[in-house]
Amino acid sequence: MDFTFSEDQLLFQESVRDFLVNEVTPERIRASWLTDSGREDALWNQLAELGLTGMTVSEANGGLGMTVLDFVLLAQECGYVGLPEPLVHTVMVAVPLLNDLGGELAEQWLPKVASGEAKVVVGLEQNLLVEDAHVADLLLMQQGGTLYAATPDQFSLCYSESVDPSRKLFTVELLDSAAPVASGEQAATLIARTLNRGALGCAAQVLGLAQRMIDLSVHYTGERQQFGKPIGSFQAVKHHMANVAVRLEYAKAPTHRAAYAVATGQGVAAHAVSHAKLVACEAANLAAKNSVQVHGAMGYTWEVDLHIFMKKAWALANTWGDAGFHKTRIGERVFATDAVLGAGATFV
Amino acid sequence: MDLAYTEQQQAFREEVRSWLADNVPVEALKSFDTEEGFTQHRAWEATLNKGRWGMVTWPQVLGGRGCDLIEWLIFEEEYYKMRAPLRVNQNGIFLLGPTLMEYGTEEQKARILPKMANGEEVWAQAWSEPNAGSDMAAIRTTAMLQGDKYIINGQKTWSTRAVWADWCFGMFRTDPQSERHRGLTFILVPLSSPGITVRPIPQLDGLPGFAEIFFDNVEVGIENRLGDEGAGWGVAMATAGFERGLMLRSPARFQETARRLVELYMANRASADCDPAVKDAVLGAYLDAESYCLATYQTACRLNKGGKIGAESSTNKIFWSELDQNMHATAMSILGARAELAAHAPAANGVGTWLDGWLFSQSGPIYAGTNEVQRNIVAERMLGMPR
Repeated sequence: MDFTFSEDQLLFQESVRDFLVNEVTPERIRASWLTDSGREDALWNQLAELGLTGMTVSEANGGLGMTVLDFVLLAQECGYVGLPEPLVHTVMVAVPLLNDLGGELAEQWLPKVASGEAKVVVGLEQNLLVEDAHVADLLLMQQGGTLYAATPDQFSLCYSESVDPSRKLFTVELLDSAAPVASGEQAATLIARTLNRGALGCAAQVLGLAQRMIDLSVHYTGERQQFGKPIGSFQAVKHHMANVAVRLEYAKAPTHRAAYAVATGQGVAAHAVSHAKLVACEAANLAAKNSVQVHGAMGYTWEVDLHIFMKKAWALANTWGDAGFHKTRIGERVFATDAVLGAGATFV
Repeated sequence: MDLAYTEQQQAFREEVRSWLADNVPVEALKSFDTEEGFTQHRAWEATLNKGRWGMVTWPQVLGGRGCDLIEWLIFEEEYYKMRAPLRVNQNGIFLLGPTLMEYGTEEQKARILPKMANGEEVWAQAWSEPNAGSDMAAIRTTAMLQGDKYIINGQKTWSTRAVWADWCFGMFRTDPQSERHRGLTFILVPLSSPGITVRPIPQLDGLPGFAEIFFDNVEVGIENRLGDEGAGWGVAMATAGFERGLMLRSPARFQETARRLVELYMANRASADCDPAVKDAVLGAYLDAESYCLATYQTACRLNKGGKIGAESSTNKIFWSELDQNMHATAMSILGARAELAAHAPAANGVGTWLDGWLFSQSGPIYAGTNEVQRNIVAERMLGMPR
């Protein structure tokens, strides 16, 4: 039993955090909102140079050959800065699906993903829309029980605006020329695994988003003075933030366990992911609610940075399975007549 | 990361399980807040000690097994699964014991720990005073050194287990000129000392689970001082650290409550589902108990590898005490009109011990530092908000 991250994993997290905090500033995110695509090739190339786009690509295909467990702490950091680029999607969703599909398709695309030359994007019916389809060089798309692969000449897009200006969402129409790559039982398995990875990516990101909202609120309430003192010295304000810290603290371990379960292919993975997604999003939603409150009227403005992170947390809470979806999955296990629950059952 | 138990850990679990199966009393003991129940629980401590299962984390020379925190968690899981008796000497073994090992002299350890371990001496805590509750540094009970004795005068209150316990430990003001955290000394006091009056206080369940202790020129030998004179605050914080930390409320306790709550819901599903919020609350309770378990394992593994407990540990008590309250509130909703009935009431019909648990859960957000004080600590020490 070793529920700790390795020195290497923690060091990698630290260096990626430093990079992201320096590079992906709120100013840069706001600037990206004014561009057509909302995405920056220069930043993507930097991420590729750090090896991040190829983290879960095998070494034979030019990547680092790591797992989603190696990436989960980095996904938290992506959340912390509100990274608009589809890095979490690439590493935790698209590449693992390509790895599962294997064959020519994987060999053709994985090296390009690792090098940063190409982006691969996955669309599941669980999600109403497809994130970042406008920058996809290859789209892996579910339609009914079949997965298709399509290049930009094989689909058309219709943009829908999100509350989070960094999120670029599209309705995708596949053309007849799109090629089926999996169907039947194989597709069902791949779709289920992909959904778990996407939900895990959300859980990890919202942990970071919640921490960022806490940090912004602690900073703001430490500066803002009323009645002759910083408002952060008032218990009513402190307790709002303490409540967030408590929920966040107990959402971390479930997310790390889910990453372990997904990476090692444990049968408990779906259950563990749903647990993580629920408690992480709950913590992040509380962070948003209490952060906007302690910011007062400033929290309701476009100018203060809080909304960059708050809106992303709101959006992620209902993608890759909303609370109802994940509660139903957990309920199926917990309320089963042969359920094994209670002390000693957590790691079995 | 490797989330599988080692063979050694699995063997340990088997050993715990089989010993408990052979030794846990078939009939549940009476409450340790009754005289008869207290005696029964004292005897159970002796039984545990004989099997060397009393304090598994204590060193072998002191009758323990030198277990690490993961083995301790495994022990607790099996213990709660078996519904083994609650620990009447928990103030001693989980709070004072570890503090004594850190701050006690060799003489104190040899004199006190073995009798604590076998239940011969049961310990009560004596922290609070009528005017020193959340504001612990307002302690006024004095202990004046005269020769080789302290003379204690004053009053302690909310002293858990003090009615039938043999000793109490707490902080006393040894420098009457001192203020706040200074001038306090940690002293161990035999409750049989002349000049002590213990007045039982009935709790919500009507039983005297705590008491007031009056000190009228009580003489205590200097050999019962723990740590240096005037250093009591630091010693007490170490004790409170253990209290807030892992030892007092292991996840197993709440996971078993959550499991029983799921069972209760399943057995009463038709009526429970009339309120759609109930199912959601049951699911939420189950998830929170699991989260508490996962977070505790993560912390335990980190500490096993030499990590330190940080300010984030102050979230612990808020989380489990509110979880416990929520779980029992949900059980009350499921039981409906039966919820108010005592377990032995003729019409109770399998209502079980939920009512006792519900009453006890009301104390969780209050004892060991109210949750309001805990939230201040989280905000100030963990998040760095201004005082």
